Amino acid sequence: MKLLVIEDDREAAAYMVKGLKESGHVVDHAADGTQGLFMAGSENYDVLIVDRMLPGRDGLSLIEVLRATGITTPILILSALGSVDDRVRGLRSGGDDYLTKPYAFSELLARVEALGRRAAANAPATRLEVGDLVMDLLTRTVRRAGKPIDLLPREFQLLEYLMRHAGSVVTRTMLLEGVWDYHFDPQTNVIDVHIARLRQKVDRDFDPPMIHTIRGAGYCLRA
Amino acid sequence: MPRPSYARLFRTTTFRLTLVYLALFLASVLTILGLIYWFTAGYAARQTNATIAAEIAGLHEQYQRRGLVGLADVVADRAREPRTAGIYLLASPRFQPIAGNLQEWPKVEPDANGWMNFGISGTHAEDGQEHPARAIAFTLPGGYRLLVGRDMREHQIYQERVIASLGWSLLLTVVLGVLGGVLISRHMMHRLEAVNALTRKIMSGDLHERVGIRGAGDEFDELARNLNAMLDQIEHLMASMRHVTENVAHDLRTPLTRLRSRLELALLDSEADADDYRTVLQATIAEADRLLTVFGALMSIAETEAGTVHAPFAPVRLGSLARSMVELYEVVAEEKGMRLETAIDGDPAVSGNDQLLSQALANLLDNAIKYAPEGSRITVAVAPAVGGTGPRLTVTDAGPGIPEADRDRVLQRFVRLESSRSTPGNGLGLSLVAAVARLHRARLTLEDARPGLKVSLVFPAETGGKSDRREAAGISVPA
Repeated sequence: MKLLVIEDDREAAAYMVKGLKESGHVVDHAADGTQGLFMAGSENYDVLIVDRMLPGRDGLSLIEVLRATGITTPILILSALGSVDDRVRGLRSGGDDYLTKPYAFSELLARVEALGRRAAANAPATRLEVGDLVMDLLTRTVRRAGKPIDLLPREFQLLEYLMRHAGSVVTRTMLLEGVWDYHFDPQTNVIDVHIARLRQKVDRDFDPPMIHTIRGAGYCLRA
Repeated sequence: MPRPSYARLFRTTTFRLTLVYLALFLASVLTILGLIYWFTAGYAARQTNATIAAEIAGLHEQYQRRGLVGLADVVADRAREPRTAGIYLLASPRFQPIAGNLQEWPKVEPDANGWMNFGISGTHAEDGQEHPARAIAFTLPGGYRLLVGRDMREHQIYQERVIASLGWSLLLTVVLGVLGGVLISRHMMHRLEAVNALTRKIMSGDLHERVGIRGAGDEFDELARNLNAMLDQIEHLMASMRHVTENVAHDLRTPLTRLRSRLELALLDSEADADDYRTVLQATIAEADRLLTVFGALMSIAETEAGTVHAPFAPVRLGSLARSMVELYEVVAEEKGMRLETAIDGDPAVSGNDQLLSQALANLLDNAIKYAPEGSRITVAVAPAVGGTGPRLTVTDAGPGIPEADRDRVLQRFVRLESSRSTPGNGLGLSLVAAVARLHRARLTLEDARPGLKVSLVFPAETGGKSDRREAAGISVPA
């Protein structure tokens, strides 16, 4: 993917650019809001990563200008402000996702990749297919290798999220937000238990396993 | 306390108010004194006129009956009466006295009503001084003249006394008024000065000072009480901030040191290979994640406590919220061989922030699952509003509970009981619950579930709950 990082902190930006490049992406960097606005408007990026507080032009107003000029590139907002209210304002200004500093790089990467595939992930589909795993969204049924898998409603939602993001890493926080709509981190890893339950149903009687644990990051569903 | 200078005294609001009050007071006193004068000195003057009129009526009657000679007799009789205040004079058309107690016809012109005011002396005035007199003159048929009047000496003395006493009263009123004004405004200034002195002390960093309360129950006492309450709150906040800073220093520095030495040791190890480094790095990341969790929890508490969560409160359905959270934790409880049960009565709504309330419930469930023994039961209950109290959210476990003495303490940040040192955790869970409770004006109670712990969030009743947000709900720990 082609990414643009708009971040004024040189060190944080260098670290982010290096990490994203090593993950196989093409990354550009803008050190202030004005330059960022210019680059975002003139090049075609897949995802923009925008720091909320920028010299030259504030991150939120930059996003508003971009949206006003019809640029619909997915935007991930990075911010040191983490309250519910800050988050709501960030998303209202036109951002697509919000990540509070300090964050784990794996979280950033997972969210950027999810945003990049968002068009595909959010496409109104009636059927999702990953390998021999098939989900019918109309009848709310799941089959693997032709055999029906019986899922509880929440397990169904969890699997749907994983299938929509098949091939990329999804973090526990992303799952908590996307499936449960909770925007905080519980102390215990409740998500792990839910994934373990889902694994029982999706992977135990089949081969090869599809739900993979990515250490230090989250989970990934792939065929 | 510095003595207020008099120049300052005149600038004070109270003194100015006193002056205005004094002016009004003077105006009313003057009105009253005027009335007093009218009813005393004025009455005496009118009384004199009436007496003279009565005398004239009597003399007129005599004249009608007995003619000029009879009148002269009567006048002479009356004039002879000892120490009389009456003045009589019958004179010829050429003003030659015929009878009466005046030596000569007074040389003054009568006013429009026929009244004459003049001075008398000599035989009539025994003290030898000239006395004021007031009389009325008539011209009788044949050109004879009659003058009837009164010696006004007594009246004059009386009037002078009245005026003098009224004057003294006025003077005394002004003096007392000014004195009172000065005293009252000085008294007010002293009390205000006490408040000012305290604020100066506080500004210079001494937070322990308090304003003295006189117990009079007046506005100054109320001001003092409010100021003291405010200072208590500030002191409490400062103390908790200090406590937090110390704990943050400890709880973040310790793992940071550990992290640092781990990295240092890895560098020192000359025989380490790539796999060893990988292991160290992974441990480091895990450590950093723990740090981030603590940091995030601290931020949540701080933001909640500061009330910086501006996202407007919306109706939150407690029943649905609890069901959703129980559904998330049910599997976790099952993994640990516990049963997570619900006793949800209806779906009462409270005004609040659903994310924060969810997080509070999550923390309570985290704790319950962490501490309760295997095979035990955890119950999440939601009860609708009853009587004066609002809806209630309760989490009951069968764990070791919290000793009564520690129940207040566990709500503070970073406090972990000795018995739980071995379990993972950062001692921030209940602090956040307490902060969320305060933000929602809910009462947080910790009770003994015999065995176990029963934590309840009792929300305020709908009525009055919306009107008064200022008052933060207290946290009480029943015995």
